[in-house]
Amino acid sequence: MNITRRRMLVLLPAAAVAWKFVLAGTPEDSPNYQMTEHWWAMLIDITKCIGCGSCVRACQLENHVPDGYFRTWVERYHIEDWQMEYPKVDSPDGGKNGFPVAKETGGKNFFVPKLCNHCADSPCTQVCPVGATFVSPDGVVLVDQKYCLGCRYCVQACPYGCRFINPQTQTANKCTLCYHRITKGLTTACCETCPTGSRQLANLKDPKDPIHEFLRTHSVQVLKPHLATGSKCFYYGLDGSVR
Amino acid sequence: MKAFKDSGHLFRVAAVFLVGFIAFMVLRSLLVPRSFGRYGHYRADAIAEIAALPVSYAGHQACETCHSDIVDVKNKGVHKGVACESCHGPQAKHADDPGSVVPAKLDTAVLCVRCHQANLAKPKNFPQVEAAEHSGGAACNTCHQPHTPAIGAGVNQ
Repeated sequence: MNITRRRMLVLLPAAAVAWKFVLAGTPEDSPNYQMTEHWWAMLIDITKCIGCGSCVRACQLENHVPDGYFRTWVERYHIEDWQMEYPKVDSPDGGKNGFPVAKETGGKNFFVPKLCNHCADSPCTQVCPVGATFVSPDGVVLVDQKYCLGCRYCVQACPYGCRFINPQTQTANKCTLCYHRITKGLTTACCETCPTGSRQLANLKDPKDPIHEFLRTHSVQVLKPHLATGSKCFYYGLDGSVR
Repeated sequence: MKAFKDSGHLFRVAAVFLVGFIAFMVLRSLLVPRSFGRYGHYRADAIAEIAALPVSYAGHQACETCHSDIVDVKNKGVHKGVACESCHGPQAKHADDPGSVVPAKLDTAVLCVRCHQANLAKPKNFPQVEAAEHSGGAACNTCHQPHTPAIGAGVNQ
């Protein structure tokens, strides 16, 4: 092709416009969403959990989680009497299909739904060697699937066991707190489908969010508080035997 | 100009270093994504990419815009707080195209038992039954209508 001065003068601005779109990346899908107005958290009321596994199924369908891997799961605890250090815990297939009737009778029995705690000072993001995982400005721990090397450092660093390597992509995967939903004004798939309201998404930066009243008036605990991870999954009715 | 004797090799090393440094800066600007470091040590565009993923569960507000009649029935019973998609499954495709995507009929024998099968670990105030004994094999919706499950609540929904 013969590039004349005239043709060059036409091509240059066109290329400049095209390059601008290349640099812009994916367009923002939720124009009304302001990251600075949100600091996401979750409230889990253990006294309401019935172990139906709706959250686990919904999470797998919403986020295309491979079978045998879990972004959220439900555990069943059984404590005979005073042996708090040795609870019997089971979670058949993550509690996805509910729980079989227990062999043990008596004692203390309850369900604990688990998911990423979206720690404000998360151990998992600190160990990433390539900057593929991070706490977003609105308080959600996310993984950049294009940047992740699959080195498994973060999988080991998470004290709650909330990360896994996706066998299809060979990258780290975890709960995104349904970031693609909460930025569109929806709640997470697990909160949407929880039939008893045991799980509730909360925005700590919103003074009108009912979580503030709940936190002020109830005894609330986070998992492994001694690790000072800044966990934002607040559990009501959490037993001391839960790890 | 000679700063001191035989200083030429110093300038040659400086030139090589300068060329290397410029090459490094050019390569770096090409390889590091533009949005890297905007909020922290990560690619800020990843946030928008994750936010743009498609939704499977439409959310109960989407259901209520068309099915307000059923929502009114449901709000009269104890299943008031249960979102539609908790039982009916992900319906974003149906919400986008109600004509061609029709939700599957549900099997109450599977669905009701998921929540209401008796289990020691469930909260004591939650209604539970031994499913096999309770119905004697009859389908749950013979007596209970799922949207208003109290017996005799009547409405056939």
